[in-house]
Amino acid sequence: METNNIISPENLVYKKTSLLTDKILTFCPGCGHGTTHRIVMEVVDEMGIQSEVIGVAPVGCSVLAYDFMNIDMVGAAHGRAPAVATGIKRVYPEKFVFTYQGDGDLAAIGTSETIHACNRGENITIVFINNGIYGMTGGQMAPTSLEGMKTSTSPYGRNVETMGYPLKITDLIARLEGVYYVSRQAVHTAAAVRKAKKAIRIAFENQKLKKGVSFVEIVSNCNSNWKQSPVKANQWMEENMFPYYPLGDIKVGGVLV
Amino acid sequence: MTEEIIIAGFGGQGVLSMGKILAYSGMMQDMEVSWMPSYGPEMRGGTANVTVILSTDRINSPILNEFDTAIILNQQSLDKFEPLIKPGGILLYDNSGITRFPGRKDIKIYCVEATEEASRMSMVKTFNMIVLGAYLKIQPFVKLENVLKGIAKSLPPRHHHTIPMNNDAIIRGMEIVTQENK
Amino acid sequence: MPELKLMKGNEAIAEAAIRAGADGYFGYPITPQSEILEYLMVEDAHKRTGMVILQAESELAAINMVYGAACTGKKIMTSSSSPGISLMQEGISYIAGAELPCLIVNVVRGGPGLGTIQPSQADYFQSVKGGGHGDYRLIVLAPASVQEMSDFVPLGFDLAFKYRIPVLILSDGVIGQMMEKVDLFDQVPRATEFDQSWVLSGKTHDRPKNTITSLDLEALDMEKHNHHLQAKYKLIEQNEVRYEEILCDDAEFIFIAYGASARICQKATQLARDKGLKVGLFRPITLFPFPKKEIFARSEKLKAILSVEMSAGQMIEDIQLATKFRVKSEHFGRYGGVIHSPSEVLEAMENLIKSCDNGNK
Repeated sequence: METNNIISPENLVYKKTSLLTDKILTFCPGCGHGTTHRIVMEVVDEMGIQSEVIGVAPVGCSVLAYDFMNIDMVGAAHGRAPAVATGIKRVYPEKFVFTYQGDGDLAAIGTSETIHACNRGENITIVFINNGIYGMTGGQMAPTSLEGMKTSTSPYGRNVETMGYPLKITDLIARLEGVYYVSRQAVHTAAAVRKAKKAIRIAFENQKLKKGVSFVEIVSNCNSNWKQSPVKANQWMEENMFPYYPLGDIKVGGVLV
Repeated sequence: MTEEIIIAGFGGQGVLSMGKILAYSGMMQDMEVSWMPSYGPEMRGGTANVTVILSTDRINSPILNEFDTAIILNQQSLDKFEPLIKPGGILLYDNSGITRFPGRKDIKIYCVEATEEASRMSMVKTFNMIVLGAYLKIQPFVKLENVLKGIAKSLPPRHHHTIPMNNDAIIRGMEIVTQENK
Repeated sequence: MPELKLMKGNEAIAEAAIRAGADGYFGYPITPQSEILEYLMVEDAHKRTGMVILQAESELAAINMVYGAACTGKKIMTSSSSPGISLMQEGISYIAGAELPCLIVNVVRGGPGLGTIQPSQADYFQSVKGGGHGDYRLIVLAPASVQEMSDFVPLGFDLAFKYRIPVLILSDGVIGQMMEKVDLFDQVPRATEFDQSWVLSGKTHDRPKNTITSLDLEALDMEKHNHHLQAKYKLIEQNEVRYEEILCDDAEFIFIAYGASARICQKATQLARDKGLKVGLFRPITLFPFPKKEIFARSEKLKAILSVEMSAGQMIEDIQLATKFRVKSEHFGRYGGVIHSPSEVLEAMENLIKSCDNGNK
């Protein structure tokens, strides 16, 4: 078959949403960020709310999310995205406001902003990428790094006696009254992506209910800094991350599952 | 005319509110006024003071190091502020709890037994209004009607029923103030 | 209808914020400025105008809420006192870098560290030289009366939107805590006439997406952005200098002071004139832009300048730069929360005058 025939419209099986820009993603091959960016934008697209959405990008690998997402966005200081989103949502309550944050951003430097935005029940969506490591700065230990996990700042493995335990921030915030919906998902298989997208859709739809924070954690990999191939990294994630951070809904409709 | 006043005593004696009422009263009489409190954790139990300036001109400094009039409600404040009264100025004090009495010869010294009078009238809360009355008798810059307007402005409406009581206390203060040196 | 009220400086700021049509206030309690948040809550500003009031979990969160809310092109403000303003520096730097308009109030207290809750002016450097990381400036307004605490709120918002820059009202514990008469301006509707093309309001099909950030990973582009910022600060220096002169025309010696110190120097000026000394007061109202040219122009006919500040001597450096050391300039000030008295200030001036006279003999 000629190439031209293959790319003819009737053979189209998948199309990038126009809510992603044409800028080439700068994420490492195999990273979950690209997929998560896509499903967040697909949800915004399918809900028809592009003109109603304001996004908050973090500091970390997804610092340039505003270059890839074709929506109005602001880049927050490290960890402050929930406070920035609070500011936007409070003066623009009719808009859909979301943050997109990694584990260092949300669960280390921004813990206070995360907890308090959640506790106030801000009507925002938080998308949380947990890959157990600082990606952008080159593989340092994150609050969510697993026990024994080797990183550039825990080169002999995370010693919980001196470095503390991996922080289950999602379980922590699920307990807060101001939090309405919490789900933990992954994007490493087609089935997982479908589930994750469903969860993100719920998290955006919930903003209309004005019942508080909707929070979706995506347990993801960082093959570059885990120093594994993409396939191996996903295997390692299934074997090590999922037992500690099990997938599934944690709080639905304001009730713990 | 400019009158620079320090009011000083214990926190809880109504020092700041007396100053506020005086400032409001001046304002009711179209004067320029300023009210500058000492502020901070010492306000309850410790010493509290407030500088009030009433003037027919634009007020420059709200911070002063000498005063035309000192209204003194405890020993520490007497010790601190008696030396800071301008020569020819006025010291008005409540003698309750005072053991070291004022001694300056170049100022006019007045005493008002406000603590005692307030408990005699069973109106401990209007203690500071007795003192204010004594001051208004000595320095009648502000008319009583404007003081009553000032009280109304200064108090939240739910406390407006106390205005007649405050009025009585002011009148009583005017009656009982005495000059100690002539 | 204009209204005459007796108010604390802090209350006047809060009332002025409501009347100026501010859309949002995000703050955290700290002495000596907690009355601002308290007043906005007591007055139920939200009911009066729809203004959003939120007590944040920290100054860090508060300034980042300001950052977010300011992205929407609305009139947003915060207030704090010295230690809290230090904590806000991260956000202020981001706001300056991202060129967002907002109003920040610092009711300064004594430092360093937790310091004291008493008045101070020791945050001058932090305010006028940037404060956080990077090359940036804020427009700094220094009110010296409760009236100016009120008037500088709408002025601050106007300047903030005109230049897309954070404006700082640099006050102190004296001006914040004292009560004076204030002539309140009429209620202004919650709206802004300034350019809104850059704001985040949701991307519509008829315009490209708007992005607000202070990040540019390309150094050359970042340098370009810095050039743009510097050009803006130059423009502000040309257009927005504000100051007041009192008895300066025939003065041989002048006080230069702002805020509460200016009020104290005003009294000292009057006391000096009573003694026949040719003393005047020059009061910078904008500390950035600093009235450099104006001070330089006057320096030739002066014998000496006394900079009076509740600090160990910060503004004096800008005065010396402004005068290019053509005239003797010294600093006097009490600090760490101590307020200098009019007579102390007068004495310092008399000593300076004496030292100049001796120098001439």
